[in-house]
Amino acid sequence: MIKKYGIKQLSIFLENRKGRLLEVTKALSDASINIRALALAESAEFGILRLVVNNPEKAKSVLSSAGFTLREQDVFAVDVPDEPGSFYSVVKVLSDADINIDYTYAFVGGGSKAVLVFKVPSGKLEAALDALEKAGIRLVEPTFFYD
Amino acid sequence: MWNQIEGAPREELEKLQLRRLQDTVQRVYHLVPFYKKKFDELGVKPEDVRSLDDLKRLPLTTKQDLRDHYPFGLFTVPLDQVVRIHSSSGTTGKPTVVGYTRHDMDVWIEVMARTMSMVDVGEKDVVHNAYGYGLFTGGLGFHYGAERVGAAVVPSSGGFTKRQLLLMKDFGATILCSTPSFALHMAEVAKEEGYDLATDFKIRAGFFGAEPASEGLRQALRDAWGLIYIEAYGLSEIIGPGVAAGCPYGNLHVFEDHFIPEVIDTETGEVLPDGTEGELVFTTVTKQALPIIRYRTKDITVLHREPCKCGRTLTVMESVKGRADDMLIVNGVNVFPSQVEHVLTKIEGVTPNYVIVLDKKGVLDKLEVWVEVDDRTFADGIGALEQLKARLQQEMLNDLYINVRIKLVEPKTLERSMGKAKRIIDKREAEGMQK
Repeated sequence: MIKKYGIKQLSIFLENRKGRLLEVTKALSDASINIRALALAESAEFGILRLVVNNPEKAKSVLSSAGFTLREQDVFAVDVPDEPGSFYSVVKVLSDADINIDYTYAFVGGGSKAVLVFKVPSGKLEAALDALEKAGIRLVEPTFFYD
Repeated sequence: MWNQIEGAPREELEKLQLRRLQDTVQRVYHLVPFYKKKFDELGVKPEDVRSLDDLKRLPLTTKQDLRDHYPFGLFTVPLDQVVRIHSSSGTTGKPTVVGYTRHDMDVWIEVMARTMSMVDVGEKDVVHNAYGYGLFTGGLGFHYGAERVGAAVVPSSGGFTKRQLLLMKDFGATILCSTPSFALHMAEVAKEEGYDLATDFKIRAGFFGAEPASEGLRQALRDAWGLIYIEAYGLSEIIGPGVAAGCPYGNLHVFEDHFIPEVIDTETGEVLPDGTEGELVFTTVTKQALPIIRYRTKDITVLHREPCKCGRTLTVMESVKGRADDMLIVNGVNVFPSQVEHVLTKIEGVTPNYVIVLDKKGVLDKLEVWVEVDDRTFADGIGALEQLKARLQQEMLNDLYINVRIKLVEPKTLERSMGKAKRIIDKREAEGMQK
């Protein structure tokens, strides 16, 4: 399941400093990397930029050589109808399976679909995918994001 | 003057010093294996000490030697004769330990009473003691000295500035004991709180030490509090505060009937003549539990041996000009960069790149450690990173005894902002002592 549905997300450590986000996005832009989904978590003095891109390996090497601290994470995505109650139904499946959500973010996938990205503890990833599949939630394959 | 020896003719003083030095040398040679070995290596016998000039033939002692014999390896008495143990933070996890017999306590109290007597502190005085109580020698050293001269002591210790001001006013404190920066901080808070420093407080003199103070800071304290500024110098390895004290003429007199000072070339170890800048070295000649021969303080100063207008004939040391090592003084607490590094090493065996940044928060020192988050230490979660910060701050407090603010930074930030691999950034105004 992980092999089939695991999505490589890049987490980048950023100080809250003017121009820092600009530098990351410029590095990606210069390398013609397309950002498919993103979320930014912040604290008082630093933040974590989380990206799903069309070419994770290339993005990783571009950002590493530009001196950014980063980590690759396995996340998964589901697609749900873009309507009230969809997010709830996914969270409920995970909750019923006793799986904590580390973080989640979403984007409107075009048409009437929304795509939700989830990060759960790595030991629970397989269980989460199983539970969602059994509940009939549509898991998104990595090829949806990658080239 | 508390004791007439402070103004005795030099001959008399030196005779006393020699006799006491000879006793001390016998004591350490026969009771401390470390010293016997050192003396033997140099081919010196206790009997070879026939004049004070022979002091320079004796071995030097370093902080590392104290650490190597942690905790009681250099004591000359069994613990049942020890009545007090103090300790300061160590450089690699292990603290430095000092012990006192009842006789040593008498010596300490005597030199602190002399310190207090620089401005005739006595029964009519209320001494507000804001030095930290506990393992540091500062708080208890001043406490016992002030009690000895008959003053009423308020053992307020550090922190809680507003409460301290209330007590100082209501108890009618006449004497303030604190670090210079804390005294200035108190003055500023007092103004903010609407006190009138001239009429609400009766502070007539202050005993300031544990950190360097520029002439500007001293004058600011005189102006703010209307007090006589008395400098206090000491270090726990020798006895604590009370090694030297400033007289009203501003000369810092070494109580050399107990602690013989020398100044040496920090590179070669050669004794330097009076009037020459070098590293200050002390030999204790009356201590029992932990006598120390030629202890290298790493403090840079100059000695003078002319009689002072105050009537004292004791050697005068200039205010410490700097350090012969990388020790930092943060709000009166000694910190070595190696201690910071030691704490950082505890994270998953990773020694991250770091920079120590010293700055002022108001008038008090603020120590920040900027730690690079690299691919090995980066956990993908705000909570995990905040936890890492909190854990490091706790470990620093544990090992260094001070509050350190940890700032997590990106790799290369450090070189970017400093230009080169520099470990310590001291943004505090040059207060005489920082390099």
